[in-house]
Amino acid sequence: MSTVRMPPILRQAVGGAREVDASGGTVREILDDLTGRFPAIRSHLLDDGGDLNRFVNVYVNNEDVRLGRGLDTTVGPDSTIIVLPAMAGGGSPA
Amino acid sequence: MKPVVSARDHLAAVKQQIREETAHDAAQRLAAKPGPALIDVRERDEFEQGFIPGAIHIPRGNLETRIERNVLDHDAPVIIYCATGTRSAYAAKTLAELGYTDVVSLAGGFSGWKENGYEWKVPRTLDAQQFERYSRHVLIPEVGEEGQLRLLDSRVLLIGAGGLGSPAALYLAAAGVGTIGIIDADVVDVSNLQRQIVHTVDRVGMPKVDSAEIAIHGINPDVTVVKHDVRLTSENVLDVITGYDVIVDGTDNFPTRYLLNDASLVAGIPVVHGSIYQFEGSVTVYKPYEGPCYRCQYPEPPPPELAPSCAEGGVLGVLPGVVGTLQTTEAVKLLLGIGEPLVGRQLRYDALSMEFVELKMHRAADCPVCSKDPDEIEFIDYEQFCALPGRAVARTPQEAIAS
Ligand SMILES: [Zn+2]
Repeated sequence: MSTVRMPPILRQAVGGAREVDASGGTVREILDDLTGRFPAIRSHLLDDGGDLNRFVNVYVNNEDVRLGRGLDTTVGPDSTIIVLPAMAGGGSPA
Repeated sequence: MKPVVSARDHLAAVKQQIREETAHDAAQRLAAKPGPALIDVRERDEFEQGFIPGAIHIPRGNLETRIERNVLDHDAPVIIYCATGTRSAYAAKTLAELGYTDVVSLAGGFSGWKENGYEWKVPRTLDAQQFERYSRHVLIPEVGEEGQLRLLDSRVLLIGAGGLGSPAALYLAAAGVGTIGIIDADVVDVSNLQRQIVHTVDRVGMPKVDSAEIAIHGINPDVTVVKHDVRLTSENVLDVITGYDVIVDGTDNFPTRYLLNDASLVAGIPVVHGSIYQFEGSVTVYKPYEGPCYRCQYPEPPPPELAPSCAEGGVLGVLPGVVGTLQTTEAVKLLLGIGEPLVGRQLRYDALSMEFVELKMHRAADCPVCSKDPDEIEFIDYEQFCALPGRAVARTPQEAIAS
């Protein structure tokens, strides 16, 4: 089991949890497990072709998977996975 | 009764115990890089009349307490000078007593240096009031009087005078950043006051740029405030940002963030990025062509239905205080050229768990903007790119103000 840190905007869809456990040996398997259990988050994470959306970054142990092997990046049992969609919120419209 | 020693005899005795060096020899050693440390022990009013380039000014009375902050290595070569070589002789003896092993006093002092035709210059200095106001900066070796003068010459642009722009405006003003530009086309709303601490109850309804100017001048009347009461567009963005040294980005919308990213690459200005949502925030520095840019990180913005703003999702009032203050710290470091800015690193803050996490970021070889040369970058209409009809999707103007 790996721990996936959910961004605030997806927490409601996973029952309010900040972190959820998921199983799988790669990022793709982890996300498949999650989207299988919580279908509402699928459109946030993956595009129609099953690739990671271009406005979402996934970090395994604080490294961006897109710069490694993408969804095929391997995940160990102690890995921490952080899912981060782009956030615009800041201060003021300008 | 103790025997009376004349000042002249005492000085002669001290000079027996120290080494002196002629202006000629000192000039030769100072020309080498790295040369010896050069310490000017005269009083401030003397220093202001002229000094030897490269000298660190430590008045004789502060020598014992300040020398170790400026010369860490006790075996490093040190040259001390005063006006004529008398006070520096005593100072050299003091440094030897403190354990400095390679200290010389400049024979003839600054007067002899000048008379022999060696280079000197008149320092730019803080005036007495500035010296007092910024004394806590001047005391830090990494800032010092020189750094403070640099801040006074600096220009920082705040994108938004809202949650993140508020602490930035206040601390940059307090720090004596000479010019603070502010872009914001909105007016102060009562719902802003929960977190936008640059504004006040009696300024509700006032344009935010005017309200922020009042707050800035209330802290530091010497700061020049440049008010840009406009929205950033592909037409005006380059005109607005050119000439600033650092941009502090605290907007609430994707079109502005993407447009600003592209324009800052063209103009070569680092952007200190901050974003907040509910209990979480993030800070990073996008330094053009040295680290990743916003579009290396997020090549495309999310569709609006997947990206609620703070106006919709809410934000803890103190959160922008933390994130905006971190941004301001990075801005000041960039202006001073000190420390390690958050280039290629994203610092994430979770207020609920009170945790900071640092994520690594890299330039993307296929980045749609920073993989190109600056003159090949064209500004695009991000409102269409971001699928936003105008600025706000199903938001009333009132709501759009809030983040
Ligand atoms: Zn880029």
